Amino acid sequence: MCSQRIGNHTVKIETPVYLSYSGVVSGPKEGKGPLLGDYDEVKKDLKLGEKTFEKTERRMMEDACRLALSKGNYGKGDMDYFIAGDLLNQITVSGFCALQHPVPFLGIYGACANLVQGIGMAAMLVGGGYGEKVLTATSSHNCSAERQYRYPTEYGFQNPEWSQWTVTGAGAAVITSTIKAPRVTTVTLGEVVDTGIKETSGLGPAMAPAAAATMLFHFEELQLEPQYYDWIVTGDLGEYGRQLTLDLMERRGYYLEGVYSDCGTLIYYPHQQVGAGGSGCASSALVVLGHIYRRMKKGELNRVLVVATGAMHSPTSCFQGDSIPAVAHAISIENE
Amino acid sequence: MSRNLKEKFNLSSGEYKQMVQQKKPRPPLAKNLVTAFLSGGIICLIGQLVLNFFMGLGFTAQEASNPTVAFFIFLGALLTGLGIFDKIARYTGAGTAIPVTGFANSITSAALEFKKEGFVTGVGSKMFMLAGSVIVFGVMTALVIGLISAII
Repeated sequence: MCSQRIGNHTVKIETPVYLSYSGVVSGPKEGKGPLLGDYDEVKKDLKLGEKTFEKTERRMMEDACRLALSKGNYGKGDMDYFIAGDLLNQITVSGFCALQHPVPFLGIYGACANLVQGIGMAAMLVGGGYGEKVLTATSSHNCSAERQYRYPTEYGFQNPEWSQWTVTGAGAAVITSTIKAPRVTTVTLGEVVDTGIKETSGLGPAMAPAAAATMLFHFEELQLEPQYYDWIVTGDLGEYGRQLTLDLMERRGYYLEGVYSDCGTLIYYPHQQVGAGGSGCASSALVVLGHIYRRMKKGELNRVLVVATGAMHSPTSCFQGDSIPAVAHAISIENE
Repeated sequence: MSRNLKEKFNLSSGEYKQMVQQKKPRPPLAKNLVTAFLSGGIICLIGQLVLNFFMGLGFTAQEASNPTVAFFIFLGALLTGLGIFDKIARYTGAGTAIPVTGFANSITSAALEFKKEGFVTGVGSKMFMLAGSVIVFGVMTALVIGLISAII
């Protein structure tokens, strides 16, 4: 029956599904980073004339969608589904953004794993024949996220070195079965892992085991070696989460050194003071839909595994003493 | 709990936490202490100058302390409003957090943040979200110490 299901976590998308178009919008700080040339639009400030940071984030997601759609000459009502998720309570950014798109809407929440969860679901919908073209989007904004998860934006405090910086930006992708581009070939959906860690200032260590577990599912179920890929990236583990993932994979005999990076460590220069690196939905969105997607289209990269991680906690659960559960999902993107 | 950690990586939650601790850089304690000491000291020095200024206007030392505190609350709030305070505090840490400037910052930043949620439901109710506990436990401590001193 389920011929495309390989193992308990992985599906192979047999009928070609393409990551046909992408739209990437970054915040000002990200626009001063090393990947500047990979973003479609760099916003000049954090507010964009809106009254609240939440509204600015909404604008950024709308702009990313507009850019992705316009590259394929699509109108807002041309998609079969719109799948979106963000970090704010009740994913309001996505819900309000969906107001602009008169198509069936699926709101998702995988925290910072939203990008991969969205593309994965879109690929499964299109690959399963339930649609021909799907728009998926995600976003995060430093100020709206900081205020929800930590402190008011103007509150002064010293960040520990292992803390991470929420990336401001948004990414959108159009997934189709018809317009040739890099293909989404497999989707590995991970399980929630709880490490017992309660430290929220840098979530990398709490999420690294989830990333490693999902990579293991992926490699074992598809019987692949990490070296099959030109590049393996995780979403927003930061430098210490990256090192932990390397160590965890080594315990199981997989050596990732040389093929593996974390998106959060690629977005900023060291002097930009972001601690261990970027975090948030936009971390993977900017790097995957901007940098990696561009390089794949140029043929510089041909096989990439993206593992995005999300911390499934809330300020409430943390204040009530719960540790941080985390989940990771993976997609492989390959040139034909 | 941690089923995956055990099954996949043969690690207990405690063992993994140890792994994390080894990776984490140690906070630069000496540097933080010195910058906090110096920046806090500079604030106190300015405070002394302001106090002397008010005493020069004819206040007694005790009377002059109130307008001095008010001056620093104003300064903390102003720098917060201008978006400068958090940039300074990133370096100074406890040096700006412990004096009344930090208290002013915690209230002003919350008030600014929640202004968009209305004056009653936002500013009014969320202004003290950070400073509230300082006030509650400050008053409680004062009460207990006051009782002890009255009994003695």
